[in-house]
Amino acid sequence: MNETRVTLEVLRGGTLCSVQDLGRHGLRHLGVSQCGAMDPLALQQANLLLGNAPGAAGIELSLGPVALRFTQDARIALTGVDFGAHLQPMEGDGLPVLSGHPLQVPAGAVLSLTRPAIPGARGYLAVAGGVDVPLLLGSRSTDLKAGFGGHAGRALQAGDVLPVGLTPAASLIGRRGVRSFAPTHVLRALPGPDYERFTPAAHTGFWLQPWRINAQSNRMGLRLNGAPLALHSAADLLSAGVLPGDVQVPPDGLPIVLGVDCQTTGGYPRVASVIQADLWQLAHLSPLTSVYFQPVTHTVAQEALERQTRYLARLARAVEDETTQGL
Amino acid sequence: MNAVPRITRLGEDALLCFFTAPDDTVAPLPVQQGLWQLCRLLDAEREALQLREIVPGMGNLLLRWRHQPGSPCSFTSLQARVLALWRDCEATAPAQRVVTIPVRYGGEAGPDLEDVARHCGLSPGEVIALHSQADYAVYCLGFQPGFAYLGGLDARLFTPRRDTPRLAIAAGSVAIGGSQTGVYPLSTPGGWHVIGHTSLPLFNPTSASGTLLQPGDTVRFRPVQETP
Repeated sequence: MNETRVTLEVLRGGTLCSVQDLGRHGLRHLGVSQCGAMDPLALQQANLLLGNAPGAAGIELSLGPVALRFTQDARIALTGVDFGAHLQPMEGDGLPVLSGHPLQVPAGAVLSLTRPAIPGARGYLAVAGGVDVPLLLGSRSTDLKAGFGGHAGRALQAGDVLPVGLTPAASLIGRRGVRSFAPTHVLRALPGPDYERFTPAAHTGFWLQPWRINAQSNRMGLRLNGAPLALHSAADLLSAGVLPGDVQVPPDGLPIVLGVDCQTTGGYPRVASVIQADLWQLAHLSPLTSVYFQPVTHTVAQEALERQTRYLARLARAVEDETTQGL
Repeated sequence: MNAVPRITRLGEDALLCFFTAPDDTVAPLPVQQGLWQLCRLLDAEREALQLREIVPGMGNLLLRWRHQPGSPCSFTSLQARVLALWRDCEATAPAQRVVTIPVRYGGEAGPDLEDVARHCGLSPGEVIALHSQADYAVYCLGFQPGFAYLGGLDARLFTPRRDTPRLAIAAGSVAIGGSQTGVYPLSTPGGWHVIGHTSLPLFNPTSASGTLLQPGDTVRFRPVQETP
């Protein structure tokens, strides 16, 4: 079969928009960061709507404006924060694009994304077949810090051409869609390995004060401003493995919640770890808004994650059922 | 019989084992050698133990397991397995890979060689000789893909970090910072003194293993005139 493959031409790249899947795993002992979508829930929603594998690579939208031209008929889905998306076919009127609904895009059409409805929040664009950049060390994610993976190891730029994989057999142009999850600004957390090194006042301060999001936050970490947290005595810790979600406290006492691009090792004391089920929120927290940390048990953490897993499984089943009925 | 490590949970699906005392500032080589062996034993049981990450640090180890919906907490069973395996880990140096890294010292390749020599009260030639005569142990990797935390720098070469960090240290730079030495796989800002350069790639994402070095390797630096 001689099939013309879809490609995505980047007309405008925006700022810090990159190809991401669910990240690199199992390589932290080599110093290789996880990377991947900051909001893996949103990326998986978009993929499932299109019949893609949940971990297919898509585009993480950080700051607009972005414009993409589709060389062939394609199907897309946008999730995460609304980006004021607009589709302009080659002929006729353009139309606004609703987030959370799969959409058929005619060949030659241009998708424009202006800016996130919430400053600093991220959106996700999936395309049926997935963005088919080469798999490097088990993932198609861009490692922006190390400069490899994704497309040319960097954020998208005008002139880039992204290949798209073969369209999955399951084809759905749904009337039904998904709602994007809104961040609660409450990050549930478990006490960290160095919790006891902090003073009682620091414990209270950590759990009870609103932490303001510092504008220096990025995919490596969410930097927080507030009343600094003190240690019983200065800690000179040996470097040890760290994970996304760990809350490090450097000597200035201001916590950093490590993000998906964080280094694999660190030496700062860790006061807590944000639970997996709440890490997606890091993709959506605007500078100058606040977050709270809420202590939870391991059981609560596991149940929250299992609820998300079940939600994604239900979504996959619903799309499959609708597709079958449609045939 | 090894001392019992301190084990704490990290987040919901990971644990940290500390093989040194809580306030130790160095990880003794024998401890680290036992740790490498423990990593190999755990790697052999990776599937059975549902391990996603086995990350040695300096005298410590991070393990992350796969979350199994509905299954009871894996922490207790994994902790028991780690303690059982550690009991038999030998603090002796088993045969390891030796990786030789050709280094062009000084000049444009090592702009800080003279500064290091001056600080240490040595000639540049003596710095090169001391740096390239030692065997270095790859304690662990981190900071950047393929960046090795090396043990074994001669104390005569200890040099405090630069007052003003450089905005960019070139990939392949061989540098000294405090009591440590290392090679930067990727360009980075940094405060270490650059004494040389290697053209041997330390990180190649298109290769199967990705990195030139692995925890437990032995590294030797060989002076060369020109970058081969």
